This record gives sequence, C-alpha cells and structure tokens, in this order.
Amino acid sequence: MNRRLMRKVTNSVALGLSALATAVGLFFLGAILWTLISNGVAGMSVALFTQNTPPPGSAGGILNAIYGSVVMTLIGIVIGAPIGMLAGTYLAEYGRGSRLSSVIRFVNDVLLSAPSIIVGLFIYEILVLRMGHFSALAGGVALAVIAIPVTVRTTEDMLNLVPQGMKDASTAMGAYPWRTITSIIYPAARSGIVTGLLLAVARISGETAPLLFTALNNQFWSTNLRGPMASLPVDIFLFALSPYKNWQQLAWSGALLVTVTILILSITARIAVSAGGGGKR
Amino acid sequence: MGRPPFALEIMNTAAASFDTRHAARQRFREMLFKGATLCAALLVLILLGGVVLSLIHGAWPAFSHFGFGFLTREVWNPVTDEYGALAPVYGTLVTSLLAMLIAIPISFGIAIFLTELAPSWLKRPVGVAVELLAAVPSIIFGIWGLFVLAPVLQRHVQPFLIEWLGPLPLIGKLFHGPPFGIGVLTASVVLAIMVLPFISAVMRDVFETVPDVLKESGYGLGATTWEVIWKVVVPYSRTGIVGGIMLGLGRALGETMAVTFVIGNAHRISPSLLSPGTTISASIANEFTEAVGDLYTSSLVALGALLFVITFVVIAAARFMLLRLDRRALSSV
Repeated sequence: MNRRLMRKVTNSVALGLSALATAVGLFFLGAILWTLISNGVAGMSVALFTQNTPPPGSAGGILNAIYGSVVMTLIGIVIGAPIGMLAGTYLAEYGRGSRLSSVIRFVNDVLLSAPSIIVGLFIYEILVLRMGHFSALAGGVALAVIAIPVTVRTTEDMLNLVPQGMKDASTAMGAYPWRTITSIIYPAARSGIVTGLLLAVARISGETAPLLFTALNNQFWSTNLRGPMASLPVDIFLFALSPYKNWQQLAWSGALLVTVTILILSITARIAVSAGGGGKR
Repeated sequence: MGRPPFALEIMNTAAASFDTRHAARQRFREMLFKGATLCAALLVLILLGGVVLSLIHGAWPAFSHFGFGFLTREVWNPVTDEYGALAPVYGTLVTSLLAMLIAIPISFGIAIFLTELAPSWLKRPVGVAVELLAAVPSIIFGIWGLFVLAPVLQRHVQPFLIEWLGPLPLIGKLFHGPPFGIGVLTASVVLAIMVLPFISAVMRDVFETVPDVLKESGYGLGATTWEVIWKVVVPYSRTGIVGGIMLGLGRALGETMAVTFVIGNAHRISPSLLSPGTTISASIANEFTEAVGDLYTSSLVALGALLFVITFVVIAAARFMLLRLDRRALSSV
C-alpha cells in the first residue's frame, strides 16, 4: 500500500515539475516581450521613422538603420533564396537517395547550426579584405550565406511532401523532370516554399554578428551599396551599450521593431502552412 | 499500296521535324535545369570548404607565430602583441556547460508537458509560444539580459549565493567575490533561456516518435504516467534526446550577441562564476573592428577557427544522432 502511495506521489511531483518547467519557459517569453513593449513604446514617435541616427545627446531616429536592414535583408534573400531553392530541389528530386546528396544534406545541416559570427569572419576574409572596405554588399552576402541552409532545408522538406502519384502522372504524360518540377511540383508545394522563405527572412533580419565587420555601421543616410551601412541589429548593439539615455531609448525602440517584425513573419509563416495544407507540423 | 497523298507526307515530315526540335529543346532545358540544381547543391559544399580555408588562411599568422602556446596561454595583451586563447576557450566551455545544466531539465519538462500532459486545446498554443521564443533574435536576449536580468541577479540572487554557498568547501570558490551582475553566471542563464526552445522542440519531436503501443503496454501493466515516461519513452528516444542536447550545446557554444552584452569581456580565468569573463564569440564581436595590427586580427580569426572546430564536432555528432529521425519533424531547428 505504502509503495503504491510512493509511486503516486512520485508521479504527481514529476508531472507537477514538468508543468512548472513549461510555466518557467512561458514566463521568460512573457518577461522579454513585456520589457520590450514597456521600454520600446515610450520611444515610438514620428521622428523615429523620419530621422537618422543622432550624435550623442541630441534627438533623432533610426531611419537609416531601418533602410539598411531592409536593403541587406533583401540582398540576402535575393541571393540566398534561388540558390537554396535549387539546391533543395536537387536534394529532393534529382539527387534523391544518392550518396552525394546525403553528404550535401549533412553539410547543410551543419551550416544551419554553425555560429553566425563565423560567417561574418568568412565574408570579411573573402570580400571585405578583397574590396578594401566595409560594404552593405558584403553584409548582404553574409546574410545570404545564412539564408541558404535554411532555404535548402525547407525546400527539400516541402518538395518531399508532394505526393509521388502527381509526379508519376506528369512523367507518364511524357514530361521531362524539369517540366514536372516547375509545372507540377513547385505549384503543389508553393505555400510550403513561401513559408520557408518567410522563415529565412525572419532568421536573417535579426542577425547581428555577421554584420558587425562586414557592413559595419553608418551614422548617416547612405544608399551606397559599396560603402558601410547601418542596420537595426548593429545599432541596437552599439546604442544599448552606450552611456547615453537617448541612444539607449533608440535601442529599445529598434529592438521592439525588430522583434515585432520577426514574430509577425514567423506567425504568418505558420498560418500559411496550416492554411495551404503544405504539411502538418 | 499507293503512295500516301502528297499533303499527308508533308505533314508527317513537318511533325517529325517538330518532334525532334521539340525534343531537343526539352533535353537542352532539362540539362540546363538539372545543371543549375546540381551547381547550387555543390555550392553548399563549397561554402563549407570556403569557410574552412578562409579561417585557416586568416588564422595562419597567429598559429605560426605563437605555435601550440596559443592554446595554453591566458595572456591577451594588444599592447605587447601577445595573445593566448585559454581564457576565451575556458569561458566558452564553462558558460555553455552551465547553460546546459540549467536548460536540460527545463526543456525535458516542457517536452513532457507538451507530449504527455497538456490537454489537446493547450498543446498547440503552448507549442507555438515556445517556438516563438526560438524566433526571438539573440540580440534581444542580450539587451534584456543586460538591463533586466543582470540587475535582478545582482540584487536578489548573487548576494544569496555568496552568503550561503560561498563558505562551503570545494564549490564555495565558485561563488566568491562581489556581485557584479554581469559575468559568467548571468551569461549562462541568458544562454540557457536561449537554447531552451531548441532543445525542447527536438525532445518533443523525439518523444512523439515513440509508438503508442509501447506506451499503452506500459499503462496496461499499471504503470503511472511518470513511470511510462521514465521507463518507456526516455529509453526508446535516448539517442534523439542526446542529439537534441548536443544541438543546443552547439548553439550555446557559438552564440555571440546574447553573451557579449552580459559577460563583461575580461580576458582572464577566474574561479568564481560571479566575476566577468569572456567567450570566443564575445571577444571577436567586441574587438575585431578595433583590432590594430595583423597579429591582433589574426589571433581573433584564430579564435574563430577554434570555435569552428569545437562547434563542428558537437553539431556533427548531434546531426549524426538525429539522422535516424524523421527529418520533417525537425524542420524547425
């Protein structure tokens, strides 16, 4: 009887602890969001979106940083997405089951979790040193290197969800594989692929480490892709660690902006998957 | 048998030549498309190769100048141009291991809650919330750690640790010194919160691969929920659990921004977990753009090369363990 009670108590305690662990995890998400909102909203103003980053002590906004982030994220996705999609297509269709594709898949998985600061060093060595100066282009390429493994992974997963029967039907009509892939498989997997792209954008738009010594930073308005460019994450980093109150305020507002953007992207991606039937998670 | 009418003959030849031209064009496009996908796939390999080569190239001056001593010396002095990797490597390993000590039990709890405990209406929202925590960029964890977590730890947690654990033999040394707020312990806590969602996502996916029949046989024998988890689910998914933990460890080792804010960037090894330290990625992030001189820059790249080797081993091991799992289940990590 006693032993039975012990087992019951152990059970309740263990399950109680696991519920507690979940509460702890949710608490941190809530705490971080709350801090961001309460500190960030205070700095929301028109000036934030219409003025450039100020010198210490005077007022200003983060217009140039927002512009820089958008531009470099676009460069990253424009370079990274096609490469990632094509490579994912190879893994899912042409190279399915081959030895080469299992090696590539493994390497891609390693790149997917490789530290992003290493990517920054890599681009610094091959682009910044070669060009002789920091540039927005180098920052965009660094982001592309991060976006590629994400896109490869999601594209392959999504193409694998397309029923084999559809591919067979197309092949039976005499279509070459490229025709089957572009006319049958891509449209069937469209919502899944779009989700993958959204996730890739979400991933690279918050990256800081790869931009630190590729795009560097720029206090002024600049549209020159061959010169240094400001970005939201790098400005958050510099401003948050500065001793000036107004810079810290800009950092909080920027942080809120970045996080809200990324969370909206992630949630949209999730909705796209469940609505488009691109696969159940 | 007469000859076919003239018109038909023309149509036949036209159709035949159209067929060959059409087929040739199709074959050409096929070759083009297949080649493009293959090139893109090979580029993934080239990327990894490029990373390795560029790191070796950039780190070479430091490695050849300091030799093996680079790994064993604690000195980091830009004035005398002497650099050693021991302090950052130590900091990287200690913060990551400590973070795993905190994160593993909590992730395990979350995974159990999500797979075995939560009613179905709660499963999805909680799961999504945990995944959103994973989507929050690391710099946000950094700024939150610096302005919110560090003061809380400094005021409420660290004095308590110093008072109660400081006098103890052996582990007491870990909790000596003033409560700085920022330091190794704070960095570990921030890292732990960051890797939580990754580890719990993998664990949840692994737990979900356990066949219901196995669990039901456990329940059929009269086991409690916890006994089924501990004696059926966990042993069945052991490899996957370890793989998930290693994946989290790989993230913690390479994490830059979250740590840079709260570690204090001090190039020394202190026995106390409360004092400032540094990690490889924090050193690079803090010093790279300000590094003057080839040897200084090269030493930082050499640190990066060391980080790459450490994370590569951990991540490769993790991926190898997770290979057997359904890949789709892991697409979030």
